[in-house]
Amino acid sequence: MSERYPYFGYPFPSPKEEGEADASRPKEEKKNFEEVFDLSEYAVVTERVRKKFGKYEALRGVSLQVKAGSVFALLGPNGAGKTTLLRILTTLSNPDSGRVYVAGMDAVHVPEEVRRRIGLAGQYAAVDEHLTGRENLELVGRLYHLSRKESRTRAEEILQDFSLNFAENQPLKTYSGGMRRRLDLAVSLIGHPSVLFLDEPTTGLDPKSRHRLWKMIQKLSQAGTTVFLTTQQLDEADALADKIAIMDHGVIIAEGTPRQLKQSLHGDVLELRLKDQSQAEKALTQIRRFASDESRIELHTERMLLPVENGAKTLILVVQELLRAGFEIESVALRQPNLDEVFLALTGEHAESAPPHQSVPKASGWAA
Amino acid sequence: MTYLTDFFWMCSDIFLMTRRNLLHHVRIPQLLVLSLVQPIIFLLLFLFVFGGAVKTPGMSYVNFIVPALFVQTMIFGSIQTGVGVAEDLSRGIMDRFRSLPMTRGAMLAGRAMADLLRNIFVVFLVGIVGYGMGFRFTEGYGNAFGALALTILFGFAFSWIAVSIGLLARNSEAAQAAGVILIFPLFFASSALVPVETMPKYLRWVAEYSPVTTTIDSLRILLSGGYLVPPLVYTIFWLFAIFIIFVPLSVWLYHRLP
Repeated sequence: MSERYPYFGYPFPSPKEEGEADASRPKEEKKNFEEVFDLSEYAVVTERVRKKFGKYEALRGVSLQVKAGSVFALLGPNGAGKTTLLRILTTLSNPDSGRVYVAGMDAVHVPEEVRRRIGLAGQYAAVDEHLTGRENLELVGRLYHLSRKESRTRAEEILQDFSLNFAENQPLKTYSGGMRRRLDLAVSLIGHPSVLFLDEPTTGLDPKSRHRLWKMIQKLSQAGTTVFLTTQQLDEADALADKIAIMDHGVIIAEGTPRQLKQSLHGDVLELRLKDQSQAEKALTQIRRFASDESRIELHTERMLLPVENGAKTLILVVQELLRAGFEIESVALRQPNLDEVFLALTGEHAESAPPHQSVPKASGWAA
Repeated sequence: MTYLTDFFWMCSDIFLMTRRNLLHHVRIPQLLVLSLVQPIIFLLLFLFVFGGAVKTPGMSYVNFIVPALFVQTMIFGSIQTGVGVAEDLSRGIMDRFRSLPMTRGAMLAGRAMADLLRNIFVVFLVGIVGYGMGFRFTEGYGNAFGALALTILFGFAFSWIAVSIGLLARNSEAAQAAGVILIFPLFFASSALVPVETMPKYLRWVAEYSPVTTTIDSLRILLSGGYLVPPLVYTIFWLFAIFIIFVPLSVWLYHRLP
């Protein structure tokens, strides 16, 4: 086992060890489950997980599998249930029903075994403001029950890796937002986790810090850590993940590799802006027929969006058509669909996170 | 894993969390200074404002008020414990600790221990200033030590009430307000500042049996003489009840945070 995961040595129990660790768990329950899944191949397995808060159903039966060693992104707008699921996976809360296995261990029945094997970096940098960077790392290292010496050397290593050693003896109050978030990630790694959970790791970061964090996540993944992250941004999922699941209203509505998901959307989005944007509605009637899906045309005050297939060719045709009709084009661009458009395509509704905007009235009656 | 190593790690976890919270006092000296100065100001105020007006049976007003201030230190300090817990909770750092393989409740115990150590320090300070104002313990070192032990136990018990309040309030302002509303009346409706004999019937009944009164009376007897058994029996009953209820309640709340 240890050869497969050279970085951590002991991320997953061999079948025998697991039998020992799980002796307290009811036997039949485990058997059923393992007939379906070889738990050593998956870092995270959930089956029909449900969670209610009062009358509100936050999770309505979520089943997913994350292969060990991969990067998995859970994508969805605010209120989709991402954080609720993450809290269940990291043993911070219990599901009402369903099964949850993390790092080969049952997160409901033996949460302490799961906690030994995971790292968590939340939406907020959950580090102690008044301690120094090094103190934070060593504290959490000791709480993972590493020896004093081990947590010291490990803290040193990580500070180096994250290039935070220049500030290691300063209290965190003096850190910038990006540095804090980096330290937060560093802290989550000190216990050699085999599965790392990241809740919207780059929310609120500037582009430079964001890219830096992406690089670190990629590096970790190459070293063999399974990374499970939630995000609201399609480009983040696209840049990092081997597999993406899209979540909405407590269920997974689509799942696949980034490529598969984009292909399922059939093509690109053409973004057009006229010199005189008040003419846009008129122009749109001219080029409507080029859209691959008329229900997904959007007209904003500053630009119009056209879903297209055969992007490059359609672009030229649209431009020719507009020029022929005498419209002056300010800018035109071809790009991949963003999260809001993925949502629109999958659910016929805008992602809740999207700003409200005006849209072209349609027969199918979805409102902005 | 054996019970022995489990026990070792539990002690280690509590020690680490205690140290973390004590470090805050070093890093934010204002916090420490304020919590030191406050009881001294109260001591002087009570002494000079009430001192002349209140007739205290069998002892000088200094000897009457100093044990009350020991208890007051513990009570007011416990409000801060609740505030600290709520602050950790609202900042998300509690989620981090809860996701670690550390002992259940060590985070709360560490907070309670750290604040207790600070409070003990303050109690000594109040004792020293009180000595300057004429406070004397007449019953020997053994009883004085017993009084100190009782003060510490009382403080530890109340800090668990405060931890529960902090976990229920979930934000530091609410925890502060809840602490003040729930704990302040308990202090004033007791024998802390004036003898209970002057209070109206029902209030007097409440005040006579309140844990604050029984503890303060026990301390006064330990320090200035008297028949110890009745107040001490009530006090032990109270402290036992508080531990039995609020330690499990706090740990339960901690693990069931939404």
